[in-house]
Amino acid sequence: MKINNSIQQLRDLSFQVRKDVIRSLAEAGSGHLGGSLGLADIFTVLYFNILNHDPQRPDWKDRDRLILSIGHVAPVLYASLARAGYFPIEELQTLRKLGSRLQGHPGKDHGLPGLELSAGSLGQGLSVAVGTAISGKIDNKTWRVYSIHGDGELQEGSIWEAAMSAAHYKLDNLVSLVDRNNVQIDGNTKDVMNLEPLADKWKSFGWHVLNCDGHDLKDIILAYEQARKIKEKPTVILAKTHMGKGVRSIEDNHTWHGKAPSVKQADKFIKELEQNG
Amino acid sequence: MVKMNKFTNKEDIPTKNGFGEGLLEAGKKNNNILVLGADITGSVGANLFADEFPERFFSLGIAEENCIGVAAGMAMNNKIPVFATYGVFSAMRTTDFIRVSVCYNNLHVVIGGAHAGISVGPDGATHQALEDIAVMRVLPNMTVLSPCDSTQTKLATIAAIEKVNGPVYVRFGRAPVPNFTSQTMGYEVGKAQVLMEGNDVTIIATGHLVWESLQAARQLSNNGIYAKVINVHTIKPLDHEIILNAARQTGAIVTAEEHQKTGGLGSAVAEFIVQNYPVPMEFIGMPDCFGESGEPPELMDKYGMKSRHIVEAAKNVIKKK
Repeated sequence: MKINNSIQQLRDLSFQVRKDVIRSLAEAGSGHLGGSLGLADIFTVLYFNILNHDPQRPDWKDRDRLILSIGHVAPVLYASLARAGYFPIEELQTLRKLGSRLQGHPGKDHGLPGLELSAGSLGQGLSVAVGTAISGKIDNKTWRVYSIHGDGELQEGSIWEAAMSAAHYKLDNLVSLVDRNNVQIDGNTKDVMNLEPLADKWKSFGWHVLNCDGHDLKDIILAYEQARKIKEKPTVILAKTHMGKGVRSIEDNHTWHGKAPSVKQADKFIKELEQNG
Repeated sequence: MVKMNKFTNKEDIPTKNGFGEGLLEAGKKNNNILVLGADITGSVGANLFADEFPERFFSLGIAEENCIGVAAGMAMNNKIPVFATYGVFSAMRTTDFIRVSVCYNNLHVVIGGAHAGISVGPDGATHQALEDIAVMRVLPNMTVLSPCDSTQTKLATIAAIEKVNGPVYVRFGRAPVPNFTSQTMGYEVGKAQVLMEGNDVTIIATGHLVWESLQAARQLSNNGIYAKVINVHTIKPLDHEIILNAARQTGAIVTAEEHQKTGGLGSAVAEFIVQNYPVPMEFIGMPDCFGESGEPPELMDKYGMKSRHIVEAAKNVIKKK
């Protein structure tokens, strides 16, 4: 299933996804709001424009694989999966509750349709994406691998082990996206552990580097379409985003990285969303 | 009452040879088997496969965490990845990758722990895997195999690839050790093997201390003490039935392993025994310390893992009955 949604349709969907994220986190009482909102536009583009997938057949062999390395933004993944039709939207309200298929960090053992990988320990997803991409190459498959990473996550050394191996094996079926919001739990990435010059790092590791505005739907689509044309090397998209995007009062505020809103705050945030939309 | 000559040492061979042979044999049967290398492919025995099937061998350099993650990605896509390096690295440098990407996803990744135990010798403490059984066996979904000689390591490797469905760790060593089992004994994951019968004490051993235990049982029989010897080639899942029967039959247990006394085979047996049929136990293994450089026999002797130590432990545990 691949839908060529109009930009207006995508905008409406990302608005829905953001609302779902806020509501499910308020209901859960804990979780990561900032990053989940910051990735809403990117996830909307992926699930409603880029990924070749079929919610009716989650295990379809020829689907594109989405490997979410930063498990803590699970709420935006769940909202996107639900809106795409993998499971009922009401189930989002079970997030983080006992017995739920929507674990705080994704857990495959709970049987959520559409979920590729249990993840939550940072720095592992790129390696898994490399193994997936190599498997696709071995079998001469045309499906592609999309991995999602945080910028703080790039401080994990294993990311660079994986980056080296992706270039070594010329994995042009792999596109990784870095959520470059410049913020992590302790504060700004430049203070916690500087990542710059980030594009040069990836380039020197043998990757093709693209930049995009992670909140400009057209720009995100363009980046993924360009990535598809790159041969003989993996591509990384450095997506400039704002943590908490859509809710002005919390945008770029790192204290909202790992927090959930109260029900009252959620109402206020959704009003802000509506005003911005 | 004791079959004294059932097992004889045909030749001293490193158990890693059995791993290499098993990998090659399994690889010939199934194109989905992929092998990952972390720079010491020849040293762990995987070169046989790599030379025969270069298109199914992936060198990933000295990057063990990445190897485990890549293996997980392959296993998600109907491949059977096998990754072996020294046990200190394959089991312990990588533990969180194994826990989350492999075990939590319950993926069939075969992890080889080479150079296990203190018998690695002159390389010293950094390269002597003495905690790997402990770390691997506490992970949910993980199967832990610890075969006793080269012949059995070959069978264990094939079983890990063909019979196990989830994550599996296979432990083997570098030092040449007695090769005394036969292929006809077979290898069933989770089924321990009684190698010698006796009613006075049970020696439960794993890895090449199984051979030392057989020697110990022979020495004990000269003193009129008859030991039952069990080869636990699968640490997890542990063969509860055989251990329970042995505890009932002999009323005393000695465990023997080339591993820390804490957390390994001895602990696994004790956890089961105290809950089901408590009997006195003695543990043969590393006494909660790091190893050092030396020749394998010197180290085995210094740290109390030779047959004479097992004999002593057996006599002591019988007194506690």
